[in-house]
Amino acid sequence: MEKESGKPSLPSLLPGVMNLPLPQSYLDFVGRLLLRFLQTVQGVGAFALITLGVTCTKFNDSWRVIHPLIRAQVDRAGVRLLPGVAFLGLALGLVIVGQTVSMLNKFGAGQYAGTVMVTVVIRELGPLVAALLVLARVGTAIVIELGLSRAQGEVEALEALGIDPVHYLVMPRVIGLAAAIFSLTVYLIIVALLSGYLFVFVQNVPLTPADYFGQIARALGWQDFALLGLKTLVFGATIAVVTCYHGLAQRLRLEEVSDATTRAVAQSVAGCVLADALFILVYIVM
Amino acid sequence: MAAPTENPSVPPLIELVDADIVSAQNQDMPLVERVSWRLHPGDYWAVGGLQWSGKSDWLTTVAGLQQPAAGRHLLFGEDPAHLPQPELVAARLRVGLVFENGGRLFTQMTVEENVALPLRYHRNCPAEETRETVASVLELTGLAELAPQIAGQLNRSWRLRVALARALVLKPEVLLLDNPLAGLDPRQTRWWLDTLDALNAGHAWLEGRPLALAATTDDLRPWSARARQFALLQGRRWMELGGRAELTTSGELALREFLTA
Repeated sequence: MEKESGKPSLPSLLPGVMNLPLPQSYLDFVGRLLLRFLQTVQGVGAFALITLGVTCTKFNDSWRVIHPLIRAQVDRAGVRLLPGVAFLGLALGLVIVGQTVSMLNKFGAGQYAGTVMVTVVIRELGPLVAALLVLARVGTAIVIELGLSRAQGEVEALEALGIDPVHYLVMPRVIGLAAAIFSLTVYLIIVALLSGYLFVFVQNVPLTPADYFGQIARALGWQDFALLGLKTLVFGATIAVVTCYHGLAQRLRLEEVSDATTRAVAQSVAGCVLADALFILVYIVM
Repeated sequence: MAAPTENPSVPPLIELVDADIVSAQNQDMPLVERVSWRLHPGDYWAVGGLQWSGKSDWLTTVAGLQQPAAGRHLLFGEDPAHLPQPELVAARLRVGLVFENGGRLFTQMTVEENVALPLRYHRNCPAEETRETVASVLELTGLAELAPQIAGQLNRSWRLRVALARALVLKPEVLLLDNPLAGLDPRQTRWWLDTLDALNAGHAWLEGRPLALAATTDDLRPWSARARQFALLQGRRWMELGGRAELTTSGELALREFLTA
């Protein structure tokens, strides 16, 4: 055997590691995750398209039965959450709006208060907080009630009676939640802006109500109103479709309901954040 | 073996031709293979089967709620798998279905709301307009006094009656019942058999039109003097036994299990 001459070269560690085969279990794990993600995207997407189709073609079918169900969902996800939204709006106003305005004045940037308010409260926090509140209070309940309905065979009973389950169970929830989140967002923004000024007033910041609300009004454009409406409707529809999908897509055993609820909440939040990111892109482009 | 009252000139209401029945959960393994069966107007079938023999899946396949894995299923002469949605719904409304285990009621609704739901949904009418019709069918099923009760608070036997009322409210031509006598006391059993007899003979509620019946059961004894056609689901096989006379003279070993305690 020949002896190597000269300075021996150190073996590079990285290429060696890179060439090592990945453990099979890790590949399996990643593969399963990826497949499950793709299956979920496909399932939720198909379910959303079916719901859209039913909503467009059957909105007025059996309206004496279906429209009261929509009103019941608006009541459940909107009217009954008003006290909670008022409290959150108050907290948001005191914690964020009031502090931000007094800080801006402290640094002599009081003239940007309107722009900051519009960006922070109206464009971002208002819709997101209202959507998360509805998800926590109503979205979780939807997964549980539809999961139990499916487990008890009520969905098959509807089909046997010639009643389309998507029309009877899903469409009212989608419309109800979309309308509720839009309304709650408007209330939340109003309460947050009012309570924010209250905090500013208490701190003796030299800002008159006319200046405060004038700045906000000047910072608002037509696209803020249009995109606020669109965004809240998309949030409502996303939460309703994802939670209904997890309640109805497969027959759940009782012990699976909690897992399905957790998955639905995580996916609803992810869906809302993704939609929010898309809207931010639209704001930037506009 | 042909059903005793089968009349070849009358088209069957429901027909299975060499159908493999599968469960909704597992569609790979047939529960019952090569079922050929016809339901004619006025028929009264009792279909026996032990637990897990595929009775419920056979019934939901007959009702058109799930498809056979192989073979053909015709609902009023049409294959439900190829029917457009409105025609499929119209065909389903001609079939009443009473599910097992309390009838799968909408447990948050009252008895009256449960029974009125199909009527209100398909006729798009307010609750006031359906009140009279619902009261008549509740009277027929002995539920008039329970109308305002929440369905989920009733016991199993009364829930089953609500399911019967809900299935009858649209005046179907076929009534399918999944093990309706399971766990009932003798008085309730007699009520069910008498009521089904009356419906099959042509009840005033159905304007005197005989209702075609098919009921699954895990005990053929109560049905042996009431039903007119009998079949068994045993070991993935569909066995048509014939009429009452054949029921008593049949040498089929599997049948003995259903007729002797």
